[in-house]
Amino acid sequence: MSSTAHTPDAHQPVKRSTGRLVLGWVLVGIPLAYGVFQTLTQVAALFG
Amino acid sequence: MGFLDRDHSIAPPGFNRWLVPPAALAVHLCIGQAYATSVYKTALVKHFGASLTEIGVIFSIAIVMLGLSAAIMGTWVDTNGPRKAMFTSAMFWVGGFLIGSLGIFTHQLWLVYLGYGFVGGIGLGIGYISPVSTLIKWFPDRPGLATGMAIMGFGGGALIASPVSQALLKAYDPNSGAQGWVASGDAVGKLFLTLAVVYLAYMLFGAFTVRVPADGWRPAGFDPSKVKAAKLVTTENVSARNAIKTRQFWLVWVALFCNVTAGIGILEQAAPMIQDFFRQSDGKSLVSAGVAAGFVGLLSIGNMAGRFAWSATSDVTGRKRIYMMYLGVGTVLYTVLAFAGSTATALYVVLAFVIISFYGGGFATVPAYLRDLFGTYQVGAIHGRLLTAWSAAGVAGPLIVNSILDAQGKPGQLTGASYQPALLTMVALLIIGFVANLLVKPVDDRFHEPRPERRTSSMEA
Repeated sequence: MSSTAHTPDAHQPVKRSTGRLVLGWVLVGIPLAYGVFQTLTQVAALFG
Repeated sequence: MGFLDRDHSIAPPGFNRWLVPPAALAVHLCIGQAYATSVYKTALVKHFGASLTEIGVIFSIAIVMLGLSAAIMGTWVDTNGPRKAMFTSAMFWVGGFLIGSLGIFTHQLWLVYLGYGFVGGIGLGIGYISPVSTLIKWFPDRPGLATGMAIMGFGGGALIASPVSQALLKAYDPNSGAQGWVASGDAVGKLFLTLAVVYLAYMLFGAFTVRVPADGWRPAGFDPSKVKAAKLVTTENVSARNAIKTRQFWLVWVALFCNVTAGIGILEQAAPMIQDFFRQSDGKSLVSAGVAAGFVGLLSIGNMAGRFAWSATSDVTGRKRIYMMYLGVGTVLYTVLAFAGSTATALYVVLAFVIISFYGGGFATVPAYLRDLFGTYQVGAIHGRLLTAWSAAGVAGPLIVNSILDAQGKPGQLTGASYQPALLTMVALLIIGFVANLLVKPVDDRFHEPRPERRTSSMEA
């Protein structure tokens, strides 16, 4: 399924906003990945 | 400040809806810091010469304000849109850190209560609900996935804030290398100022990235008639004022309250509980403090993963069915934990992980459940009112577990058997929640908002 905006009465050409999309996800993804990694390092003690 | 208005945040044609989840995540990852306060709790006890309870009050005020502000400000958030709501949340949340740091630097604990607790707590409540109804409108085909992504951020925020705060406290305190080191108040104050700056940047990124869909927008290929095929999914709308008059609202409130109370009971006791379950006859536990800390980390990941995975799954199974799983399977798991949890560490860890994933899943699924029952019209405001169940559970869960454990013995002497009464109380609560969820039926027509075409046809008649 397309993930772009679509109004019933006006079919607009898809606006490519890949750069903004990547930037947005990187801004939240990197800290989140860092947090998960740090926690998993701590969790390792559980299985060590 | 007109640029914050709802009208100025309507998405232009071609706007990619996948930009909205990172905007929502940016806010939730920041406010999720509320669950990382244990990092500097001891430092504040030492700095203020206060008791653990007095410092714990800071967090309690924040959570109570979360519930109250979400309930009171929900309609305002729905009316003014996510941009103004996220901006306002940022001002309160960051303002809370600034006032709090002033309190730490001047040794005024009441300023920390006022700042982080009261002002910051308002930011928590507005921030928590701000992206929910917008995400539901952008993802009518996958509302559980969308809200799961955002609310996962609240769980993830603590995972980020804990290690970052620890590193910053070490960097700000020249005595950090000393044995038995506890961070100075000055270091905690500087930490608050740093977090304020970083959170301001992230939350403003969220506020200026988020967009609301234009009226009549729908995803390409989305057929609303297929959604209607599910019995509990309405195409009607119910106002927040009317929603709280329905039986359905209160049944979902009870289901959420029971699920959260049971989960908080385990989360709050996680580290000592695993040590107590594997305490030997000589009083020593097979589980060291380090391993117990790892277990707490694992539960945090289970909490976060459950928010996303179970909420996304609910788009396929339906909301009522997945709540039946949280509460029904949860009942079985709690019972097994009570009677067989101490037989093997692996069994205990797996049971607790799944239970906590259900706890997180309950939070993340509930906005979509409300959308199904009450429509999208004021779902943010209804969600805000429902979060009072969280505040109530935040008081009830620890109270139930702590009072039962107090009667069983002293900390350090408890065993797995000491937890049986508390766990069986949770089982009873989960059964109540299961029954409440089972009783949820579609909302009566008399609570529906009139449709414009109906109004027109009645005027013509």
